Amino acid sequence: MSATPVLALRGVSKRFGAVQALTDVELEIHPGEVVALVGDNGAGKSTLVKTIAGVSPADEGTIEWEGRPVRVARPHDAQELGIATVYQDLALCDNLDVVGNLFLGGELFKRGVLDEVEMERRARELLSTLSIRIPSVRIPVASLSGGQRQTVAIARSLLGEPKVVVLDEPTAALGVEQTAQVLDLVERLRERGLGVILISHNMAEVREVSDRVAVLRLGRNNGTFTVADTTQEEIVSAITGATDNVVTRREARTTEVNQ
Amino acid sequence: MSTGTPAEPRETQHEEPRTDAGTAASGAATATVDPRLLVRQEGFKGYLTDLGRRLRTGELGSVPVIVGLIVIALVFQLQDSAFLSANNLNDLFVQSAGTGLIAVGIVFVLILGEIDLSVGSVSGMSAAVFAVLSVNQGMNEVLALILAVLTGMAAGAVHGFFFARIGVPAFVVTLAGLLGWNGLMLQILGASGTINLDDDGVVAQLTNHYFADKAAAMGLATVCVLAFLGFSLLDARRRKAADVPSRPLSEIVLRTVVLAVPAYAAAFVFNSYKGLPLAVVIFVGFVVVGDFVLRRTGYGRKVFAVGGSSEAASRAGINVSLIRISVYSIAGTMAAIGGLFLASQINAANQSSGAGSLLMNCIAAAVIGGTSLFGGRGKTWSALLGALVIQSINSGMALLGTGSAVRDMITGAVLLAAVVIDSVSRRTQKTAGRA
Ligand SMILES: Nc1ncnc2c1ncn2[C@@H]1O[C@H](COP(=O)(O)OP(=O)(O)OP(=O)(O)O)[C@@H](O)[C@H]1O
Ligand SMILES: [Mg+2]
Repeated sequence: MSATPVLALRGVSKRFGAVQALTDVELEIHPGEVVALVGDNGAGKSTLVKTIAGVSPADEGTIEWEGRPVRVARPHDAQELGIATVYQDLALCDNLDVVGNLFLGGELFKRGVLDEVEMERRARELLSTLSIRIPSVRIPVASLSGGQRQTVAIARSLLGEPKVVVLDEPTAALGVEQTAQVLDLVERLRERGLGVILISHNMAEVREVSDRVAVLRLGRNNGTFTVADTTQEEIVSAITGATDNVVTRREARTTEVNQ
Repeated sequence: MSTGTPAEPRETQHEEPRTDAGTAASGAATATVDPRLLVRQEGFKGYLTDLGRRLRTGELGSVPVIVGLIVIALVFQLQDSAFLSANNLNDLFVQSAGTGLIAVGIVFVLILGEIDLSVGSVSGMSAAVFAVLSVNQGMNEVLALILAVLTGMAAGAVHGFFFARIGVPAFVVTLAGLLGWNGLMLQILGASGTINLDDDGVVAQLTNHYFADKAAAMGLATVCVLAFLGFSLLDARRRKAADVPSRPLSEIVLRTVVLAVPAYAAAFVFNSYKGLPLAVVIFVGFVVVGDFVLRRTGYGRKVFAVGGSSEAASRAGINVSLIRISVYSIAGTMAAIGGLFLASQINAANQSSGAGSLLMNCIAAAVIGGTSLFGGRGKTWSALLGALVIQSINSGMALLGTGSAVRDMITGAVLLAAVVIDSVSRRTQKTAGRA
């Protein structure tokens, strides 16, 4: 694992009116690393995703990309850097077909004209490598099931050769087979040296694929754990707020082990 | 449509394919194509069954308006045999150009899911700008024409700016435009209120010039049909080469014939009168260019995306404000061009330019032609078809000597019918999973 994180958040804060959604959040993602971002409902995970993606920029704090501070004020900025995001609310255009949605904002052209044939060919190829079953790539996404829409959104994030992929509850609507496929995919992304931020409420899933777990609680960092030497209980208590004990208990345990 | 996948395609005739679970579960684990999908049969029969299914599930497209046009033509022809005469049909086409060109701009705005109430006033203002510059100021006509069109574009950009950047609802901004630009028009027309245009000038020619040579109309029809056929064949070949579904040859031939019949019929009608009207060439030209922009360019894709979900579009990196401002500029530009055609018909700019039922007719044309009021769906061809419907009603009523009272009631009823079809087809499309 390289020493400089590909993406780092330093002291990020975000306010919505009377709600302080994020306070001084720190997060680092290294190339080839899967970081799970966990926390209770309303902890601020999706808000953090949107600051990374430039959808709603942070009020305070900096974002560092490969060691140097960058400005991510618009979604376009994040895309330029190589951050691909799958949003919790998917953000698809219902009136466009699957191909149109997959390539939205990154259309292929041939002599200045949309290259529908090539886009359709690549869309089919991509969907079949992801084993996504969709009636046709030429039907509007409005007519897809929730899980199919989710797989389209995930496939979409992989098209632009990103360096960091942010997945906000990617498996929430998926069946068993598709969930396994997305987890496989996350592992493949790690093997290819990409950084992945995975948001999930499913602890088994988190422990299965991620290297580190960052816990958010009420908009603040509440510990970062290396999955290999942390128990599920420790993570859960960090999520639910029994923080004061976590650190002590952890110390107690490590000293126990060392003895 | 062969997809080349291991899953065995079901035949299209069966409407309820979700029966035996056994086949779906067996071995289809890695198939990309859902075995429940109604895969279209190869060949012509497949095309017909697919067409039938699409009509039944509410994907009506241009079918209602074409049926409507035929019904209108038959009804008026039975009342007065002059309706389908070459003379009347020619006038009908030429007079629909002004409304139709404005409606092309409206189609863009409707695809965004918005409305533009100012196009009537903008069209009148542009005509006035042209008249003042070319007649009163003695400016070169072509230069005056360009400035008049740019005036319309600027007016549209102003609407777009207030809507997209300031966040004023488009309805209110363009309502202000409706009043404001009409006032500006009255102001620049000055005391006389009417400026007559040069009888042989550029604008006068717009609706009065005909290519008398019979080869012109036939040639244009031939070029259009051959171009359509050529592009369809090329596309099918590229698709085959890339191994993605393509249209079968029989379908391409059928579609070409469906295009060729009205194209040659129109050419025949024009040649039986004065020849190919310049107005029709320009109008159809704008429709084709608009269609190309919407369906084949990155810009058009962005317009549809913003109309479908502005949030998703902006997250995809699209500059939503810029798209909105540009679409309102297009609407203003098309309004100005349409306004010059309307001025050409009366060869003057006067205080009633762009007033009256023009605005409603333009919006009605786009909607009657099949562009959805709900945003996200539409074609510039609907402006052409809708403008023809409205002008047919006008023309037929004029032949029968009925007053504007009855005409407005009938146009209103047709518009209502179109909106009902739009709403109902949207609902059936939803339930049929096509919306
Ligand atoms: N646009 C907004 N305007 C006002 N408040 C907001 C907005 N977006 C989020 N919030 C608030 O910020 C807090 C964090 O919300 P966020 O969506 O980030 O939670 P989350 O961790 O993703 O939760 P979940 O697990 O339910 O997805 C919540 O209290 C929410 O009410
Ligand atoms: Mg969330």
